[in-house]
Amino acid sequence: MAVNLNDKSKMTVVEGSYATAHAVKVSRPHVISAYPITPQTHIVQDLSQFMANGEIPGCEYINVESEFSAISALIGASATGARTYSATTSQGLFLMHEALLNTSGMRLPIVMTVVNRAAGAPINIWNDQQDSIAQRDTGWIQLYAEDTQEAADMVLQAFKIAEDKDVFLPVMVCMDGFVLSHVYEPVVLMDQKEADEFLPPFKPDVCLDPKKPVSYGTLGDPSVYTEFRFLQERAMQNALPLIEKAADDFKKITGRYYGGLIEGYELDDADVVIVTFGSIIGTIKDVVDEYRANGEKIGILKVRAFRPFPMEAIANGLKNAKAIVVVEKDISIGRNEGALFTEIKAGFYNTPMRTPIVGYMVGHGGRDIRPMHIKKIVEATKEVAKTGKIVVESQFNDVKEELL
Amino acid sequence: MSNNQPFNLLTPGHNGCAGCCDSLAAKYVLMAVGPDCIVVNPTGCLEVMTTPFPKTAWNVPWIHSLFENGGAVASGIEAALKALGRKGNTKVLGIGGDGSTMDIGIGALSGTFERNDDITYICIDNEAYMNTGVQRSSGTPRGASTSTSPAGTVSFGNNTNKKDMPAIMVAHGSPYVATTSIGYANDMIKKVKKAADITGSTYIHSHAPCPTGWGFDSSKTIEIAKLAVDCCLWPLYEIENGEVTSVKKIRNPKPVEEYLKAQSRFKHLFKMEGGDKEIEAIQKSADKNIAKYGLDK
Repeated sequence: MAVNLNDKSKMTVVEGSYATAHAVKVSRPHVISAYPITPQTHIVQDLSQFMANGEIPGCEYINVESEFSAISALIGASATGARTYSATTSQGLFLMHEALLNTSGMRLPIVMTVVNRAAGAPINIWNDQQDSIAQRDTGWIQLYAEDTQEAADMVLQAFKIAEDKDVFLPVMVCMDGFVLSHVYEPVVLMDQKEADEFLPPFKPDVCLDPKKPVSYGTLGDPSVYTEFRFLQERAMQNALPLIEKAADDFKKITGRYYGGLIEGYELDDADVVIVTFGSIIGTIKDVVDEYRANGEKIGILKVRAFRPFPMEAIANGLKNAKAIVVVEKDISIGRNEGALFTEIKAGFYNTPMRTPIVGYMVGHGGRDIRPMHIKKIVEATKEVAKTGKIVVESQFNDVKEELL
Repeated sequence: MSNNQPFNLLTPGHNGCAGCCDSLAAKYVLMAVGPDCIVVNPTGCLEVMTTPFPKTAWNVPWIHSLFENGGAVASGIEAALKALGRKGNTKVLGIGGDGSTMDIGIGALSGTFERNDDITYICIDNEAYMNTGVQRSSGTPRGASTSTSPAGTVSFGNNTNKKDMPAIMVAHGSPYVATTSIGYANDMIKKVKKAADITGSTYIHSHAPCPTGWGFDSSKTIEIAKLAVDCCLWPLYEIENGEVTSVKKIRNPKPVEEYLKAQSRFKHLFKMEGGDKEIEAIQKSADKNIAKYGLDK
């Protein structure tokens, strides 16, 4: 996190969920709808308290009977011209699945925080990123936050990206469950003036309005359906520079910057590059610092945007690497790889890039990832860099043989 | 829009079948409410036949999202109108079939009615999943043969009673629940208008015979609808704040046989051994309605 010195006086220690709820508040939403689920609950509780205190004027909060109805209510509200927000996780996100596709298909710029949590069964409330990764083809923009400040600031950036007329797509702001949602850290709670300066009011050209009737969600037969998908894909591509612009504009106003599509840490001259997203970067940075202190060129490429997939930015960031290791908290079962690993490899295939690349699946269901695990991964990848040979392409980091 | 605006809010030229109950019901609803409304239309025949992109038959703002979320989408629209200061006199209407209302969408609709959001929901009940080819729903009456409850050598067709959906909506504390029939247009228009003018979640359950699914000539939609009411299988009433406040009297109820005979979905009851017992049971359910609502008094 790049904090400018002036910010320190403004910093206050709050829970990650509170920081996000505060960011939602200063985004001036019109309609919020959500359903409680661990570990997302603190966000919606904080928002409920803001409502009870009259701190979000002109906002309606709908308490619903399921996540499916939460996203559905926002579909109606967003189509009516409202700025809308929800938060969920894991099982709640899975319950929303059908409506997620519907949201992006109708081009509704809803913003939703996904507090990343593992998928059942076995039921597990702890953090990994299987939930949002499993929604990668729903047509939502997906952004991943490294720390609580970024998760909060990303909400405002998300609205700005989503509501751009060249985009008009929904955005998931993904933050790791517990690790970020329940941690107390010093953050800057954005003041309303700064938020207003960054985020203009939402004024769509078209919405549900009796004065100017339009039909939303009509039947698209084979003669027209393809074009809907084509336009969604084009909007995703349009979002690539706008995600960077939102980060730049945000920096101009607040001094805070976390990268655009990607962000490097000790990246430019690194021989071994760890590619990852989310809160695990904090741990990895400590490990990288140790290596750097010993003169070893280890670096990090942090992926902020997973959809749209910023392959060009990633390839550019990896161009000097001698070996690449992708570390992620998900798995595509049946492929024995994490999704980020698969996609980066696929992105390199038709290019001259031949740097060896390996993948590690870590931290499933909230299993702790410690510096020693990262070091083990780095040591193995250093060997790949040295020999140019891959022994195991993709693997679980930490499997307890005695439990199998 | 032309001067005939109330009649053109759902324009002709859509893809509905001849004698379609949905288009009649939707037209009555819009005649009752007028142009200042927003319609939520869960998946079903009505949605499919009226909006083949880039065409639409709707001259009011309209949204179709999914099959099972009509109630929640309506709640969101109402909340947005309030938040944006655009509520005015604009009515938010849900118009769904029996499948989206009574089966797959009942959860979301229950949420809307529990919160008493200011919307009016109209169920156009043609007693089966017509859009997918006449499969049974919880609105399908006993004895009806559908593609998933077919009559056969050991089956009289659907073997469950019709779910009492209006009673469920009353149990939510709805200020206004009424049953209507597309056979009685004036009654339906009057009740829809009343429902829309009442603040809170109000519910209209309209019986709507489907010539394609029920098996009768497309010229007889209204006739069949009236028969259901006149034989007391579909009583017309209003329930305000939990109390029955009006009932359409049927002085000389017709036997249910007259209604059943007119539709091929019940024809097996007149041919199969033991079919008479099934018809007797159906007559009993009509008699129960007569007693419950005092229809013949």
